[in-house]
Amino acid sequence: MSADFFYTVEVIINGLMTGVMYSLVALGFVLIFKASGVFNYAQGVMALFAAMTLVGIQTGQVPFAHLINTIFGTHLHKFGWEVPTLLAILLALGVMILFAFIVERYILKHLVNQDPIILFMATIGLAYFMEGFGDLMWGSEIKNLDVGLPQGGNIWLENATSDWADGFYGFYLDNLDMWATAIAVVLVASLIVFSNYTKTGRALRAVADDNQAALSVGISLRTIWVIVWSLAGFVALVAGIMWGAKSGVQFSLSLIALKALPVLMLGGFTSIPGAIVGGMIIGVGEKLFEFAVGPYIGGATENWFAYVLALLFLVFRPQGLFGEKIIERV
Amino acid sequence: MNATAESYVTEDGRTIGAPVMEVKNITLKFGGVTAISNISFDIREGEIRAIIGPNGAGKSSMLNVINGFYHPQEGEIWFHGEKRKPMKPYQIAQQGIARTFQNIALFKGMSTLDNIMTGRFTHMKTNMLKQAIWKGPAEREESLNRDIVEHVIDFLEIQAIRKTPVGRLPYGLQKRVELGRALAAQPKLLLLDEPMAGMNVEEKEDMSRFILDVNDEFGTTIALIEHDMGVVMDISDRVVVLDYGKKIGDGTPDEVRNNQDVIDAYLGVAHD
Repeated sequence: MSADFFYTVEVIINGLMTGVMYSLVALGFVLIFKASGVFNYAQGVMALFAAMTLVGIQTGQVPFAHLINTIFGTHLHKFGWEVPTLLAILLALGVMILFAFIVERYILKHLVNQDPIILFMATIGLAYFMEGFGDLMWGSEIKNLDVGLPQGGNIWLENATSDWADGFYGFYLDNLDMWATAIAVVLVASLIVFSNYTKTGRALRAVADDNQAALSVGISLRTIWVIVWSLAGFVALVAGIMWGAKSGVQFSLSLIALKALPVLMLGGFTSIPGAIVGGMIIGVGEKLFEFAVGPYIGGATENWFAYVLALLFLVFRPQGLFGEKIIERV
Repeated sequence: MNATAESYVTEDGRTIGAPVMEVKNITLKFGGVTAISNISFDIREGEIRAIIGPNGAGKSSMLNVINGFYHPQEGEIWFHGEKRKPMKPYQIAQQGIARTFQNIALFKGMSTLDNIMTGRFTHMKTNMLKQAIWKGPAEREESLNRDIVEHVIDFLEIQAIRKTPVGRLPYGLQKRVELGRALAAQPKLLLLDEPMAGMNVEEKEDMSRFILDVNDEFGTTIALIEHDMGVVMDISDRVVVLDYGKKIGDGTPDEVRNNQDVIDAYLGVAHD
């Protein structure tokens, strides 16, 4: 087999792994949309906030240091300790769960029975609030996130496959991408199992389906909302860790949410497996397109390919690949 | 009206106990409209209690008050001898009051089995962490509750549609699944909002039989709203009649049938 074939395979594998990273973000959207019909605009900022919180805790940053220093004239910056990664992740998760409680208590509770568009507007407000709040709490400089995952190309794989064809130098796959893929697969599998076979999972689906009926069997909507936002916070944390480790914790991290939109349009807003498959199609599609067509039209096709693909899907299959079919009974 | 607190035995040998629920002087207003005014009645343990009346009489509103979807401006509700505080619907469900809806409120995307499993929600106590671990307590609890649900499925003769998403089922079967979900909760009081609305004669007969069997086999106390007078008179022990939000009759089917106010409400009054 020729080198070209192997290069194409490499592009496809890299595309799949990039796609899984998109899926991680899309998953957060799906969780909240499924349970409450709300498109959570703040999901990207939640990922950024989670990553900032993790770095802050890990490196022993003083929260609100700038604010405290300005008011009291002190020069606090660090506590001077370092928190072990695993503990820091658990603490950051705790912060995200606390955040879920606050969102329910101060926003959602007051917007019960409002139109989805009102709730959507509320999440836009929430996004901008969190963006500023995150900067205030942890500072706005670009931070380096290191959770101990291996980075860079996998040399072993590259060496092992380098003599498969003439002119082929072996598969170049990023370690971090491979880890991210494995983690995403485990995460999705457990979310699916959780939602299908446990009492709380059933309650989540029940609330997504019919609020009133859910109440009548004894399910508290407020508890479910807290659980859903906590889960979305958890997914945001995982996405934040992966993207943060890949490209640093900075404002642009929140923009990955925009990359999740075409994924959602492909996979459907209500399907967890859809988010994964949608992400993979987008990832592979944009990488292959760049590889095959890019050189002839000046490159940088990755910036727009996903959106064009999503647009085509909107025309021919508006509910997405796995979305619930839109049936109006007359 | 039997105002005594003692229990008695019906002609077909069922024991009707003391009142489980007492509704006292309930008034419910929506803005300037009075949906229910000053209504009192009781529901005795083990009986089938019907609430009837013409359209807009306030029957569904009454059920929604008992179930906690509406909060009355005046009046008290006593459940198991205790005055009930204002509560959310899910808290009332936890107290053992289950219900069905006039326009079927099932979880359409979920299977029959899953729908009925949600009825067990209030009986399942393991926390999120244990559920996430799954092995051990959560798994045991799941299979225990699954047995009860399978029993309900057998009872309602819906084995064949266990795995079917309920959105695809015909209307009559959906009604039955909804009854199943309420039954799975093993409620102390079962509220049925027009269980036979929109059904054909055959389906109505099936549903009547299920309601009677539920009451007979499990001794479940049932309060139901129904339009079909024939059915109501056949299956219920006592009947409350509402008209324009007021109570105009209360008693056994025979008493109600001969009540002049009830006859007037249903057939109209001659103006002479």
